[in-house]
Amino acid sequence: MSKSERVAGTVANYVDERTGAAKWLKKNLNKVFPDHWSFMLGEIALYSFIILLLTGTFLTFWYDPSMQEVEYEGSYQPLSGLKMSAAYASTLHISFDIRGGLLMRQIHHWAALLFMVAIVVHLLRVFFTGAFRKPREFNWILGIGLLTLGIVEGFLGYSLPDDLLSGTGIRIAEAIIQAIPVVGSYLAYFVFGGPFPGEVFIPRIYTVHILLLPGIFLALITAHLMLVWYQKHTQYPGPGRTEKNVVGYPLMPVYMAKAGGFFFIVFGFTAFLGAVASINPIWLFGPYTPAQITAGSQPDWYMGWLDGLVRMAPPLETHAFGHTISWNILIPALIIPGILFTGMALYPFIESWMTGDKREHHLLDRPRNAPNRTALGAMSLTFVLVTLLNGGNDLLATHFSLTINQIMWFSRIGVLVLPPIAFVITKRICLSLQRSDRELVLHGKETGRLVMLPHGEFIEIHEELSPEKKWTLTQHEQLPPLEIAQENQAGVRNPKGLRAKLQQYASKSHQEQIEKPSAKDVLELGDGRH
Amino acid sequence: MTSDNQSNEIAPLTDPGIPAHLHRKSDLDPKAAKKAERQVGILFIISALGTILFIYSYTFMSEKIFIFLPVLGNSNAKQLFLGLGMAISLFFIGMGAVHWAKTLMPDNEVVAQRHELRSEEVDREDFVKTVKEGAAAAGLGRRSIIKRTLGVALGLSGLTPLLLLRDLGPLPKDDFSKTSWEAGTRLVTDPGDRPIKPSDLEIGAVAQVLPELLAGKERKLEDIGKDAVLLIRIRPAEFQLDAERLSWTHEGIIAFSKICSHMGCAVALYEQTTKHLLCPCHQSTFDVTRAAKVIFGPSARPLPQLALALDAEGYLVAKQPFTEPVGPSFWERDSS
Repeated sequence: MSKSERVAGTVANYVDERTGAAKWLKKNLNKVFPDHWSFMLGEIALYSFIILLLTGTFLTFWYDPSMQEVEYEGSYQPLSGLKMSAAYASTLHISFDIRGGLLMRQIHHWAALLFMVAIVVHLLRVFFTGAFRKPREFNWILGIGLLTLGIVEGFLGYSLPDDLLSGTGIRIAEAIIQAIPVVGSYLAYFVFGGPFPGEVFIPRIYTVHILLLPGIFLALITAHLMLVWYQKHTQYPGPGRTEKNVVGYPLMPVYMAKAGGFFFIVFGFTAFLGAVASINPIWLFGPYTPAQITAGSQPDWYMGWLDGLVRMAPPLETHAFGHTISWNILIPALIIPGILFTGMALYPFIESWMTGDKREHHLLDRPRNAPNRTALGAMSLTFVLVTLLNGGNDLLATHFSLTINQIMWFSRIGVLVLPPIAFVITKRICLSLQRSDRELVLHGKETGRLVMLPHGEFIEIHEELSPEKKWTLTQHEQLPPLEIAQENQAGVRNPKGLRAKLQQYASKSHQEQIEKPSAKDVLELGDGRH
Repeated sequence: MTSDNQSNEIAPLTDPGIPAHLHRKSDLDPKAAKKAERQVGILFIISALGTILFIYSYTFMSEKIFIFLPVLGNSNAKQLFLGLGMAISLFFIGMGAVHWAKTLMPDNEVVAQRHELRSEEVDREDFVKTVKEGAAAAGLGRRSIIKRTLGVALGLSGLTPLLLLRDLGPLPKDDFSKTSWEAGTRLVTDPGDRPIKPSDLEIGAVAQVLPELLAGKERKLEDIGKDAVLLIRIRPAEFQLDAERLSWTHEGIIAFSKICSHMGCAVALYEQTTKHLLCPCHQSTFDVTRAAKVIFGPSARPLPQLALALDAEGYLVAKQPFTEPVGPSFWERDSS
C-alpha cells in the first residue's frame, strides 16, 4: 500500500465513523454519467453562476449602493469634478483605482452574459431532445424559473453602476410599472420611493441583486441538480442504451476530473474575454440624468427581444372615462412575455396531452423523430429572433444603411408571418430527414463507386450500415395517433366534444412521421441492395 | 428477391448491444502513457506561468503603458496582462485536468441500471394510509369551526407583509400630472442656468432648457425627469398648427417636453432637415411642425407642448403650466 493510499484510507475511515456515509458515498462516487458534448451546456451555466458569486463578492467590497450626489475625484480625468451618484463614482473607483477591479467587473459582466447564453442553449437542448418528458417535468419548470430569474438578475446587475445607459434602462422599467392598470402609479411610487429616479432605487435593487435573488438561485439550482442526480441523467439513443439503463463514466475519477477541469476552462475563458474584450465601458457613458441619452441605447442581449417587442408595438392606447391604458406597453412588455413563459413552462404537459403518453422516458429523441415538437421549437425561436433583431434595429440601420422604418415594418410583419413558415419548413425537413434515415438503413450509404455490370448496366455501390448505426437510426418508437371516440356506440357525442376534437387533431399532427424500416423490410431487401 | 418471412408484424431491428471497447494508445503503450503524462505536466506548468504573469503585472507593471494590438486597438498593458495572466492560469489547469482524464484515466463505459421512480405498491398504499390517518387524527374534516377560522386567520396574516411594504414610498397623489413650470417661469439653459432671449436661438437651432430655479431651491434629478424641455426654432411659415398652438410659439420658437410620451426616455435626436424628433430608445418619431404629432413608432401621444411668451425683460417664459401630464402614460391620466 502506498503512502497516499494509506492517507486516503484514514480519511475515509475518519469521515465514515462520524457520518456513516460510506455506503452512500460508495454508491454515489460510482454514479454513472452519460457523456455527450451537449450535456456540458448546463454545466457552463452552473460554472458561470459560481464565477458570478466569486467576482460579485469581490465587487461588493468597494461598490457603494447609494444615490447620494458626490463629486468625482478619482483618477479618470475626463469625469474629474463632475457631480454623480456615489454608486457611479464607486464603480469608476473599482474600474480605475483598484488593481484588477476592472478585470473583475468585466469577468462579472461576461460571466452574466455567458450564464444566460448557457441557460438558453441548455434549454433548447432539453427541449429539442425531449428531455423534459416524464419524470423530468418539475425540473423543466425549475429551469424556466431559473431563466426568468436570470433575466431579472441580469437587468438589476447592469442597472447598478447608475451610468447614463443603465439609468435609461431603469427609466423604461419604471414606465412599464407605471403602465399597469389601476395600481401602476402606486407601484411605481412604492418601488422608487417617490418620483423617478429618487434616491432609494439603487440601494433597494442592490439588496435584491446580491442577497435575495442569489439566495433563490442557490436554492433552485440545488433542487435542479438534486433532481438530475436522483432521476439519473438522460442519454442519447445508441447500441446498448435502453430506457432501463444508463451508460457512461463513473463520477470518480473521470467525471470529477472532467467537470472540475471544465470549471477552470470556463473561468479561464471568461477571464480571457474580460482581458481582451471591453464590455459596458461605463466611464464613456457618464452619470445618469433623465434629460440625456446616448444614441444606440441597447439592453443586454437577453433583454433585447423584449425591447424589440416594445419597439415594434403599434401605438395603441385606450382613453376612456378619464383613464389611460397603454396597450403599446402592456402587450409587448407584460402580456406576450407572460404568455410565452407560461406556455414554455406548461409544454411538457401539453405534449403529453397531445401524445397521450404517460410513461417515463430516459432515452432522448433525435429532433427529427419528433417533427412536430422540433417545428414548434423552430417557430418559437423564429419569433424571438425577429424580436431580437428589432431590438437592435437602430444598430442594424446604421450598419447596413437601412432605415429604421424598413426594419420596423419588416419586424412587425415578420413576427407574425415568419414563425408559421418556420414551423412548416422545419416539419418538412424533419420528415425528409426521416426519409433519408429510412433510405440509409434500407439501401446503405452511397459510396460514389460506380461499377459496370456484365450486361453493361452501371450501378453505384451502396455500403451497408453497421448494425450499431442501423439500430441508432431505427430504435425510436413510432406511436400511432390517439383514437379518441367522438361519439359512443349509441351515437351520443363525447361530452368533451370540442376538447376531444382538438386533442385528436393535435395528436394526429404530432404523430405525423415516416414509417421507420422494420426487421422485415431489411430482410426483404436481402442482398439485392440498390 | 424472396423471403420466407410472411409475418405482417412490424418487428424492430435487433439491438447489437454496447460496442466493444477500443483501447487508446496510452492504454496499450507505456511510452504513449508517459508522453500523455508529460503533456499534462506541461499544461499545468503553463498555468503556473500564467499566475506568475498575473503577479508580475499586479505588482510591478505601471498603469501608464499602452500597447497597440491589432483588432483590439490601444490597450492598457497592465489591465491586459492581469487578465491574460489570470486567464492562462485558470484555463490551463482545466486543460490539464481534462487531458489527464481523457488520456490516462480509465475510459471503460459502465452500465448502471435504472429503476422506475414510482414506489412499490405497498409503500404507496402505506403512504396514502398515513396521510389519511394523520388527517383523521387532526380531525380537520370534522371540526369545521377550526377549518374556517384557520382559513380566515391564514388569509388575513398574509396581509401583514403587504401592509409592511406600504411605507416603501409616498402616495403619488397628482404628482404625475405636475411639473415645476408655472405661468411666467423663465426658461434657463441646461447646463448654465442662464435665461434665454429669442435672439439667442438661430433658425434650425435646438436647446435643452429647464425652469428657472427659485432662490434657495435645489434641482433634483426627479425634477429634471419631468421638467426637461426642448426648445426648437424653425421658420414660422413651416408650422402647421391650429391657432391656439400657434399662439404658444414665439417667432418660430416652439417648446416640447423632452420626456418621451412612450416610456420616458429623453427625446434627444432632432433632425434639422425633416424637423423630426426621434427617441433613441424605441424610435418614436414626432413631427415638430405639427405639434409633435407621432408619425412613427410605438408612442401613442404627441409630446406635450409648452406655451411660450416673453417677460418684461425680453426673456422667454412659460405662458402657463403644461396643459397635460408629461412622460409615459399611467392609469389616472385623462388623455381623452
